Amino acid sequence: MPSRAQTLERAARLRSYFEAAGAEPVETPVLQPAETLLDLYGEDIRGRAYVTSDALRGEQMLRPDYTVPVVQKHMEHGAEPARYTYAGEVFRRQEHDPDRANEYIQVGYEVFDRENPAAADAEVFALIAEALNGLHLRAATGDIGILMDAVRGLKTTDRRKTALMRHIWRPRRFRALLDRFAGRAPVPPTRAALLEAAEPLAGDTPKIGKRTGAEIADRIDALRADAQAAPISDNELVGLETLLAVRETMPFALEQLRDVAVDLPQITPALDRLEARIEALKARGVDVAGLDFEASYGRTSMEYYDGFVFGFYAETRPDLPPIATGGRYDALTRQLGNGAEIPAIGGVLRPGLMLELEEGAQ
Amino acid sequence: MSLKLGVPSKGRLMEKTFAWFEKRGITLSRTGSDREYAGRVDGIDGMSLVLLSAGEIPRELAAGRIHLGVTGTDLVHEKLPRWEQQAEQVAPLGFGQADLIIAVPACWVDVDTLDDLDAASAAFRARHGHRLRIATKYHRLVREFLTDSGVADYALVDSQGATEGTVKNETAEAIADITSTGETLRANHLKILEDGLILRSQATLWRSRVARCADADKAVLDDLLDRLHRVA
Repeated sequence: MPSRAQTLERAARLRSYFEAAGAEPVETPVLQPAETLLDLYGEDIRGRAYVTSDALRGEQMLRPDYTVPVVQKHMEHGAEPARYTYAGEVFRRQEHDPDRANEYIQVGYEVFDRENPAAADAEVFALIAEALNGLHLRAATGDIGILMDAVRGLKTTDRRKTALMRHIWRPRRFRALLDRFAGRAPVPPTRAALLEAAEPLAGDTPKIGKRTGAEIADRIDALRADAQAAPISDNELVGLETLLAVRETMPFALEQLRDVAVDLPQITPALDRLEARIEALKARGVDVAGLDFEASYGRTSMEYYDGFVFGFYAETRPDLPPIATGGRYDALTRQLGNGAEIPAIGGVLRPGLMLELEEGAQ
Repeated sequence: MSLKLGVPSKGRLMEKTFAWFEKRGITLSRTGSDREYAGRVDGIDGMSLVLLSAGEIPRELAAGRIHLGVTGTDLVHEKLPRWEQQAEQVAPLGFGQADLIIAVPACWVDVDTLDDLDAASAAFRARHGHRLRIATKYHRLVREFLTDSGVADYALVDSQGATEGTVKNETAEAIADITSTGETLRANHLKILEDGLILRSQATLWRSRVARCADADKAVLDDLLDRLHRVA
């Protein structure tokens, strides 16, 4: 195992490498206000991050990643365009796998640039790929933006689309919703009874709690309206299923997705972006013909990414987490920007894992 | 050294545990005054009784400070991540049955499933500006269950007792707690979600996988397990 000093030395070198590419080095506090992270990720983050507290400041989290504080910093007073790099510890609870580190060094590179997103995607990917050169890693890529555009363009109610978008990162719930909206899953008996009741709120059950009768009535109205809405068509459903199953090298994936766009024309702009990204990667010298693309990649673990996503894996060491990951997070800048927004993409590397692989290769 | 058995120090759980062992020819009893937590074991040699709070027994098993312990499945699963590595179930004792469930106000006629809870949570957050609060003391079990089920926009708030009252007091919108008959839930105008069963629990005899066992202790343990299995 590499020593901490070795890892820090490698981290410093990687940070210098990103500085040479034009990034400004930034630091963020280890203790982050819990509220921001809880608002973004919900209660799930408590299973992944360490929470501590004091009587004055309330709940704080040990920095689970740098992206959120770096985005906040940029949205407050960043110049445009901007490139940042950082190196330091992040902390993750590991309650299911004692072999995974709960504290490790991360080095990152983030680009905030509205001019040419495809070029920025290619820049971040190519710089990270170059830093990992010689480790013989498999790169996987995807693009959550294609699925998001597919959902936004479905010929169904806004309410259904909002519900699907909300669960884009939770594949099981997404699937369950889709089956229901497509009329494939049976209506639960309680729901059927509720819809048939003439005055469902008429009972003498005491009204308790903060959720008001008006809110309950609103939801019943929404459920009634939904029961009247036509199911999502087979055409669109098959289109979505085909889209989610695409797993090919980049140029072939694009070709298959162009076929899907016959049924789901709303993904065409996203596919144009993918095509522009492929060209930009080529221009950077990346071998796109050998680069894997999975349309479902990054759906479960990378919640704030909403466009291009990537990861680098050591195939000889399936026990290791990805050595590097990254992606585009335009929507996160909007959420943290108080009205402002800017297209942004970033990636992180784990120097400790890089050293471990190098040691293993010797 | 002796083989240490941890048993809940008071209440029905202790009495029923004593009765369960009695049926198997082992007499457990408290010694000294009512307030003194000391006990003795008759009917088997080389075993000693440790009286503890039921909530501390999982931790003591995991630390290997007791070889055997009686406590609920709910507490072992909540307090010990990867509990299988640390404790082994010897025998369910057939009492202390309770289900860990999610319950919402009975007046929520539009909410019967986790799917409904998720949709109501999204609307609640948009309306009230904070996430829908679920009061519980089983934070880990509830969070993992809801993550697995894909429920979002909720917040867990800690409640160590009288959890059923939190909704009426408006410190939570829903609860996750153990119930055996559902009586307390009904009295507090709450109903269980159809698919809201997180865990079925009952009082269980556990063996620590990490407690160090001298040869003599091992012989006592084998003898004990043998006797328990003959009856069961």
